[in-house]
Amino acid sequence: MSDHSTYEALRQLADSWGLLGMVIAFLVLVAWPFRPSARDRNRDAANIILKDESDGD
Amino acid sequence: MENALARAGLWYTLLVIAIVAVAGAHDVGFAVHMWIVAGVAVIGLIATLSRYDYNAAANRILRAPNDPSRYDDEPVRWGVIATVFWSIVGLFAGLWIALQLRFPELNFGEYATFGRLRPLHTSAVIFAFGGNALIATSYYVVQRTCRARLAFPRLARFVFWGYQLFIVLAASGYVLGVTQSREYAEPEWYVDLWLTIVWIAYLIVFVGTLLRRSEPHIYVANWFYLSFIITIAMLHIINNLAVPVSFLGSRSYSAFAGVQDALVQWWYGHNAVAFFLTVPFLAMMYYFVPKQAERPIYSYRLSILHFWSLIFLYIWAGPHHLHYTALPDWAQTLGMVFSVILWMPSWGGMINGLMTLNGAWDKIRTDPIIRMMVAALAFYGMATFEGPMLSIKAVNSLSHYTDWTIGHVHAGALGWNGLITFAAVYFLTPRLWKRERLYSLRWVNWHFWLSMLGIALYAGSMWVAGITQGLMWREYGADGYLVNSFAETISALMPMYLMRAAGGVFYLAGAVLMVANVWLTIAGKVRDEAPMSDAKYDPQADRPIVAEPAE
Repeated sequence: MSDHSTYEALRQLADSWGLLGMVIAFLVLVAWPFRPSARDRNRDAANIILKDESDGD
Repeated sequence: MENALARAGLWYTLLVIAIVAVAGAHDVGFAVHMWIVAGVAVIGLIATLSRYDYNAAANRILRAPNDPSRYDDEPVRWGVIATVFWSIVGLFAGLWIALQLRFPELNFGEYATFGRLRPLHTSAVIFAFGGNALIATSYYVVQRTCRARLAFPRLARFVFWGYQLFIVLAASGYVLGVTQSREYAEPEWYVDLWLTIVWIAYLIVFVGTLLRRSEPHIYVANWFYLSFIITIAMLHIINNLAVPVSFLGSRSYSAFAGVQDALVQWWYGHNAVAFFLTVPFLAMMYYFVPKQAERPIYSYRLSILHFWSLIFLYIWAGPHHLHYTALPDWAQTLGMVFSVILWMPSWGGMINGLMTLNGAWDKIRTDPIIRMMVAALAFYGMATFEGPMLSIKAVNSLSHYTDWTIGHVHAGALGWNGLITFAAVYFLTPRLWKRERLYSLRWVNWHFWLSMLGIALYAGSMWVAGITQGLMWREYGADGYLVNSFAETISALMPMYLMRAAGGVFYLAGAVLMVANVWLTIAGKVRDEAPMSDAKYDPQADRPIVAEPAE
């Protein structure tokens, strides 16, 4: 990696490890709720707002 | 008592500082703004020192319910009223400048020219109408989904009033000519600093409430609200990095120069669309659509996918505002590619909202609030298809700088942001004031159709105007010269401008109907009207079959 300027250094990072890290982070975050064991959690989470019948009155 | 004395001392100090600032002000705009601050300090001083309970008086005027809710709804009620109030101001300013384009005689003096009223319109609808709706709904939703009262109730009220002061300073500044000329970020350095303080207080209130939650899971709407608060703070601070010319004047210069300045500006500008006008309004969708439809969101997993996709993709789309400029070509292409990719998660989110009604589609016919929400989602889908399309360089070469852009923005703003906010206001008002129902559901129906007509006229006329403009600008004759002068393109658009203003009249009329409806609901009145739908009853058929004796 050439480091004769901040721009070069940041550009190198953005095109390599930075990009890879962002892609992996994105894929993990997106895939996480799709794992089979999360099925019940997702259903419960979706129903949180409907449990409070009277809107807190 | 000591507490009150300390607070009075603070107000008094603020008053003295404001008056000193007025005395030393370098320009009229700054002096007027410091007068406004001094006025606020006087009001604060009187309210602190007087024995009269102004809060109780305000609640009486607002007819706030006496039985306290389990939740802290007072700032939400103020927020709903502020939303409704600013909607009229913002829409009226919009109608006015639309008429100015058709009838230039409507530019009065130096203060009411198109150039000064246009930022007044954009800021009033985005930050005053939209912003108040977001603060109010976020306070409402975060409490319900966390099953906890607002953390730091005083700070929550400071956020509301501090935000109103920001709006007043911004709006009066535009009329006085105080602007740093950055799209959607026109307020000058001292107003920006004030907004930063208010916004950090907002973040503290919101995160504090999340931390107090008694639900183990943080519902997805709060993810959208939180990302809105954090990202807007980041965008606002970086975009407004500037050096004031003096500490008692309204002028400042941006910390960036040239194309870097333009890129920072549009990195902010597009993400204001993303993280102010899209993400938190999706938070409203993820709460109010399932609540009104009385069924959970179609797919919770899709909502998480929707969230992370918007977070990771939106932030790169800004350069599409700078196609064919001095911005490096690769950056323009990057902006275009990310904008096109964004189409997918946007439609995923729209489908998620619409499919929530799966199995209850009849509610569109019977419930005008659901109909408003569904139309809002349809416009969200339309705007998030049109946006990526316009960001493609070849399309942009025709559409850029034309009224097509204005049509696109308004399809999103009037259709998506407007309708989902109106629906939320209609949802909230009877609940916040403990009324049986809205004053009139049929008026909601009227509001819906007036809005539809307004949007159709607006978007239709601006599409035609934009394409006309783009084609006229690029038309070359056989001699290699441009065929049309700029003035000729303007006169060709005049009928379209009149049609657009007519659209504004209908949309504003719908909003006025909302004001009346909300007002009468708060007053506790219920309109005697036939319900929107009823199961059919036929008395002729309602009798037993009696065997007729044979003749």
